[in-house]
Amino acid sequence: MRFRLPQRINLVSTILWGLRIVVAVLVLAGSWATLSSGKLSPDAWRELVVFGIAQGSVYALIALGYTLVYGVLFMINFAHGDVFMTGAMTAFFVARNFGESGFLNANPIVALLIIFAVSMLTSMLVAIALERIAYRPLRRAPRLVPLITAIGASLFISNSIRGIYGEQSQTYPSIDALQGRLDLFGIPILKTQALVIVSAVVLMIALVYFVERTRTGRAMRAVSEDKDVAALMGINVDRIIVTTFAVGGLLAGAAGILYALVFNEVDWFMGFLPGIKAFTAAVLGGIGNIAGAMLGGLTLGVLESVGPFLLLGGANVPSPNQLRDVIAFTVLVLVLIFRPNGILGRSEPGR
Amino acid sequence: MSTEPAVVSQRESGPSATDGERILELSGVHTYYGNIHALKGVTMHVGLGEIVTLIGSNGAGKSTTLRTISGIERAREGTIRLKGRDITNLPAHEVVGLGVAHAPEGRRVFSRMTVAENLDLGAFRRSGPDVAADLARVLDLFPRLREQKAGTLSGGEQQMLAIGRALMTQPSVLLLDEPSMGLSPILTEQIFQIIGEINAQGTTVLLVEQNALMALNVAQRGYVLQTGKIILSDTATNLAANEQVRQAYLGEI
Repeated sequence: MRFRLPQRINLVSTILWGLRIVVAVLVLAGSWATLSSGKLSPDAWRELVVFGIAQGSVYALIALGYTLVYGVLFMINFAHGDVFMTGAMTAFFVARNFGESGFLNANPIVALLIIFAVSMLTSMLVAIALERIAYRPLRRAPRLVPLITAIGASLFISNSIRGIYGEQSQTYPSIDALQGRLDLFGIPILKTQALVIVSAVVLMIALVYFVERTRTGRAMRAVSEDKDVAALMGINVDRIIVTTFAVGGLLAGAAGILYALVFNEVDWFMGFLPGIKAFTAAVLGGIGNIAGAMLGGLTLGVLESVGPFLLLGGANVPSPNQLRDVIAFTVLVLVLIFRPNGILGRSEPGR
Repeated sequence: MSTEPAVVSQRESGPSATDGERILELSGVHTYYGNIHALKGVTMHVGLGEIVTLIGSNGAGKSTTLRTISGIERAREGTIRLKGRDITNLPAHEVVGLGVAHAPEGRRVFSRMTVAENLDLGAFRRSGPDVAADLARVLDLFPRLREQKAGTLSGGEQQMLAIGRALMTQPSVLLLDEPSMGLSPILTEQIFQIIGEINAQGTTVLLVEQNALMALNVAQRGYVLQTGKIILSDTATNLAANEQVRQAYLGEI
């Protein structure tokens, strides 16, 4: 078989292997330089990891919305980041009101539950409207058409919010009960981050239960496998699709509040970057795969938090944290090159 | 067995005294895929308790006929009646509720789900204690496969599952599309035997088959479809003896 060898080593695979080696060398050299310089204490590293997990939980919840919709429609809902933003922006006014009246600190649990509910319901309604108005009429159109519509819908939603609520960014009121740290097995964790992680885990468990154990969840899986046959079983496919958008909206709305807990500030443009990063997370985990979206979100969150310091800290880059977006999108590009189906994705011929 | 030998492209009349025994009735049905005119005025009927087969070559419109009846495709012209009720424009998920089950071509089981989940989906619109009883009865056919993913089943098992799943909808009419496709002669024999049993238990069957000989064996009547039109309609025995049919569809068997 020696004569076939030259054919198999072609230009593309040479370049790809070169790229692999370059990436590996850069990662190793950067990490070694940082770790040997000892600039960051173990506490600082732990802080970065926990922050990464909290941030990753938010990405994961948004990513689930992308992946669920992709699962039933094979379409990327690029307006999903804006669905996430509408919830956080709308609930802000409730939160501000609660903060001014003192209700937020007098009764933080009830107040937070109401704020969550407002955000989740807002995002859900926006997601439902989006599907009914922008996507359903295009159900039988070529696949590029709804993609362009999604970008249009994204601009429409974000600019509507800009017009309704104003351009300036808003700061969520702080909650006294969430100040300071919590001692978890000897590790001090910021209470806000603990709340974010716990809430995200609870929501993900609820989602998995819904998809795997309920009648509607089973119908959703059936629609994602074969729409025609699902209809032949008596499943109203359109209703399942809108339900999928609604569930994605609920998760995005919750993610909006969790985002506000971590970063405090919200504005009309806040959906853009988290939206694209959550999409990256969904692709990283394997689009269409629920566990993949969760794993992808957490991985991306931690990479983005730890990566800049680990890779660039030793190179005397003045403020490595500014390069977190570079790391996130480099990850996206590398995943698309080397593992286009994602970590948990299966290859789907013909898609 | 029905004894009336029908006439070619006979125009069936509207509601009349004979409708009581016609469970399914198509008149002048036209279906398009985009600009492709797939069914060009199909008129046929299935009587209560019959097995009727639709034969014809590839691309004649056999599957399209079934897909139009079950509501996956929408007829652009003509009417489809089930037990006298117009179902032409009903979406597929509502047609099932009225008693039409469709086991589609290529089986199309939900391969990422277990056998039990597949069968349960057949009962999606049903509730009550008899669902569990039905499920238990059908699952008895797959004793060892209950929790197995449907995608890992053999072709014959998948076909059994597809039929079982369709039966879980409690149909009065079962539409079967190419149940013998890709199966060994022994399995084909078994599937046809099962079709006979299903019919004996009171389910009307409309069967689409490439294997025209087997289909005409089990059916009472048959229609021959060619490029979207019914060109022949007769009892199964007569069709099997028909020179034209023998040459075109039974020739190589």
